[in-house]
Amino acid sequence: MAGQTLDFPNVETLRRLALSESGFIFDPVTGNSFTVNHTGQAVLQLIQQTLDIEEIIQKLQAVFEIDTLVAERDVIEFAGQLRGCFL
Amino acid sequence: MKTKLLTVAVTGMNALPDNPGPGLAVARCLREAYGAGIRIVGLGYDALDPGLYLGQYCDSVYLLSYPLNGADLLLERLTDIQAVEKIDILIPCLDAELPLMVGLAEKLAGIGLKTFMPDAEQFERRSKARLPELAEAAGIVYPEVKTLANPQFFRTCNQVGWTYPLVVKGVFYDAKVVANPEQAVAAFHSIAQEWDLPVLVQRFVAGEEYNLAGIGDGRGNLLGEVMMKKRAVTTKGKAWAGVATADEILAEVARKLVAELQWKGPLEVEVMRDPKGVYQLIEINPRFPAWIYLSHGVGRNLPALLLELTMGRPAPAMPEPRPGTMFIRHALETIVPMSLFETLMMQGQCTPENQG
Repeated sequence: MAGQTLDFPNVETLRRLALSESGFIFDPVTGNSFTVNHTGQAVLQLIQQTLDIEEIIQKLQAVFEIDTLVAERDVIEFAGQLRGCFL
Repeated sequence: MKTKLLTVAVTGMNALPDNPGPGLAVARCLREAYGAGIRIVGLGYDALDPGLYLGQYCDSVYLLSYPLNGADLLLERLTDIQAVEKIDILIPCLDAELPLMVGLAEKLAGIGLKTFMPDAEQFERRSKARLPELAEAAGIVYPEVKTLANPQFFRTCNQVGWTYPLVVKGVFYDAKVVANPEQAVAAFHSIAQEWDLPVLVQRFVAGEEYNLAGIGDGRGNLLGEVMMKKRAVTTKGKAWAGVATADEILAEVARKLVAELQWKGPLEVEVMRDPKGVYQLIEINPRFPAWIYLSHGVGRNLPALLLELTMGRPAPAMPEPRPGTMFIRHALETIVPMSLFETLMMQGQCTPENQG
């Protein structure tokens, strides 16, 4: 998966989101708010820095001590949820 | 020597729970900005207008002659009030009275009432019936609007490409989304009864509604824009809770409209953000909205800015708005002595008690 990117929503949309430590997310343009669990919060923070799927998975593994397949599954699933919210 | 305080009169004290007028929110903003440094005269049309009994915002209050009774009676009443109150600035806040106020602008100035309003042509160009023409000129996307004198259109509109749902609107106020001819005809009669003919029909735009309040400086510039998305609405679709947003694209839409109109005065731009993210112009209200207290909440107190502009002072620099700031309304009972209600009913004026 090296260098691969997933089909995330527009990166500018994701980068404008305000994330709080509680998992509360606010979109200042649309006024919509969301909640995410710890994993979602970590994934979203990583996505705001890079869309490189391999890099995201490596960092997730380091934080949550999970294997590659689980991390990959979580990221793909979360990308789908993001598309549902922002497309 | 005692200096005379600046006196500001504000109309629209009908802060009703399901459909509040903007006047009380405007007065609250002014009190937040100037404290006891100004006098506020509350003007209403009904002795049960809740804002008329809140002495912490209104130093004195008066009843006006209903707009339906015409401009002459309105001016006569304002002249009487002016003789007592020596008002410096008048801020009209209601759709139904604004055409009269705009027409009376020179006479109001003649009795010492400064206003900051559009002229009759600017006012007319943003009317609901002429909105498509304005949007076209400003390069803004908009849903088609038709003016109707009778409800027959709704029986056959499907055949000419007007498919349900549609939005039925009053020429001044009110809007109802209708799903079929029966609902449309009922909405037509209900709106015509309250707001008179003609009634308008607008194509329905799916999406999310956003509102922007600001002030046009009369030279084509939009000042102090504040944006809001409703988070909860009353049964009449009015904001009960909302959150401040910030979108440069929406701000640009409003700037184009203000520039095209050379708008002077407060305004509220209502848009729908369609599923493609395009803002479609739904309405321009020629006044502050009832949610204007949020402007104080985000650090851009627009009624205070209007006061400065009306007095011919330079517009103060506006801080960046604070998206994410929310408001939530609540219903509150004000205890009113019968003597106060009686005075307002019988004399058309009273001095409310501070409820703070």
